[in-house]
Amino acid sequence: MIGILGLQGDVKSHCNILQKMGVESSVVRYPSQLDRVEGLIIPGGESSTMTNLMERMGFYKPLTEFAKSFPVLGTCAGLILMAKQVKDSRVKPLGFLNVSVDRNGFGRQIHSFSETINVIADKREQKIIATFIRAPKISDIADSVEKLAEYNGEPIAVREGKHIGLTFHPELNGESIFHELMIGKNISRETIPNHQ
Amino acid sequence: MNKESMKVKIGLAEMLKGGVIMDVMNADQAKIAEDAGAVAVMALERIPALIRKDGGIARMSNPTMIKETQKMVSIPVMAKCRIGHFAEAQILEALEVDFIDESEVLTPADEANHIWKYDFKAPFVCGARNLGEALRRIGEGAALIRTKGEAGSGNIVEAVRHMRTIQTQMKELTIKSQDELMAVAKEMGAPFALVEQVAKTGKLPVPNFAAGGIATPADASLMMQLGAETVFVGSGIFMSKDPAERAKAIVEATTYYDDPKKLAEISAELKEAMKGLDMSEIPEGERLQERGW
Repeated sequence: MIGILGLQGDVKSHCNILQKMGVESSVVRYPSQLDRVEGLIIPGGESSTMTNLMERMGFYKPLTEFAKSFPVLGTCAGLILMAKQVKDSRVKPLGFLNVSVDRNGFGRQIHSFSETINVIADKREQKIIATFIRAPKISDIADSVEKLAEYNGEPIAVREGKHIGLTFHPELNGESIFHELMIGKNISRETIPNHQ
Repeated sequence: MNKESMKVKIGLAEMLKGGVIMDVMNADQAKIAEDAGAVAVMALERIPALIRKDGGIARMSNPTMIKETQKMVSIPVMAKCRIGHFAEAQILEALEVDFIDESEVLTPADEANHIWKYDFKAPFVCGARNLGEALRRIGEGAALIRTKGEAGSGNIVEAVRHMRTIQTQMKELTIKSQDELMAVAKEMGAPFALVEQVAKTGKLPVPNFAAGGIATPADASLMMQLGAETVFVGSGIFMSKDPAERAKAIVEATTYYDDPKKLAEISAELKEAMKGLDMSEIPEGERLQERGW
């Protein structure tokens, strides 16, 4: 079962993709609900709003623990929350993805756009439509982080270990490649003694 | 206007789902809204309750006020233009406002025509009282629909009426057969292709938010349970005795809208809500929802 963090944002779009893939999903709105999922999607939305609700609900510690054992896929605001560093005090990132991210790196909504991009992962190559909505930019990236796609020479899709972060929204175009990559690396709860 | 650019406009509305969009009258209020967890702010010089009280012509906000708000917060900043006033909309687009609300809260500029919203790169949100009105606005290029409710009333009754009407009309469409749809389109005064689409999917082709009268966490919960995907709170926050606390409470109530225990907890600490108006206190000619068609 894959969880989708449901504090705010385009939860339903992710839910639809998982459904199309035949993967069971469940919306996570309380920290205790992390115990029943084997992967988590942090959707697009407003990272300042999600920070706010995550703090009020006590998500930081359990989510950081969760990410040690299970994969997390973040799109846009999700990527921002997964990052090691965000240059904006209004957002408190979880810090398990070794990248620095700038919010609204392309500017306001009028600069949002869709573009065909090339994704290369696990020897698989695929062209998809990527929609960037007030998208962040990845400004710095650790050596341990793999680039899965670039736009104008800058990384827009990255993977470190089991985690994947995207500056754009494949879920708005029904593109499931990153969900497949994430679940492909999924670890079943049964194999991890502490998470029975 | 190609399909991709419409998708980019609707994309922002998708990102605002499950959140609260708050009316603010200055940069300080915008900061309070952002700190409380708002997903966006609507920058306007007077909130609807004050427009109602002061009278006169309500116009687009001063660009300085909009710019100050944009400087203060990182979340999307929306602003309102008068119905049919495409020059105001052009100015708002030049200011790089994230969403333009062609709003009945301001005094209409054109009684016959709404703005042709496909001409703009900025996305538009428009109010609706029923499915026909929603589909007409979508036909003109709106990327987001909200119920009109009765702005500045602090009374949820009209927003409920409009949301229920839209939901019921959509349900009714799904059981119609193809040969009945043209008659529905004629009766609703809605574009046929959109009527056909709703009949097939049972939902609007753009997100559907609630506005007009939300004043408490319970109001937000009610609208979400009735099918709203996000709530706009206009006068409800800054006309109350405790704007910061109320803003936070409504944000939480929108996320946990289906958890009554949590809602009880959230609502317990709040002071007095805005006083509000019974619909009988608003003469028919003064109802903001009657503006636009």
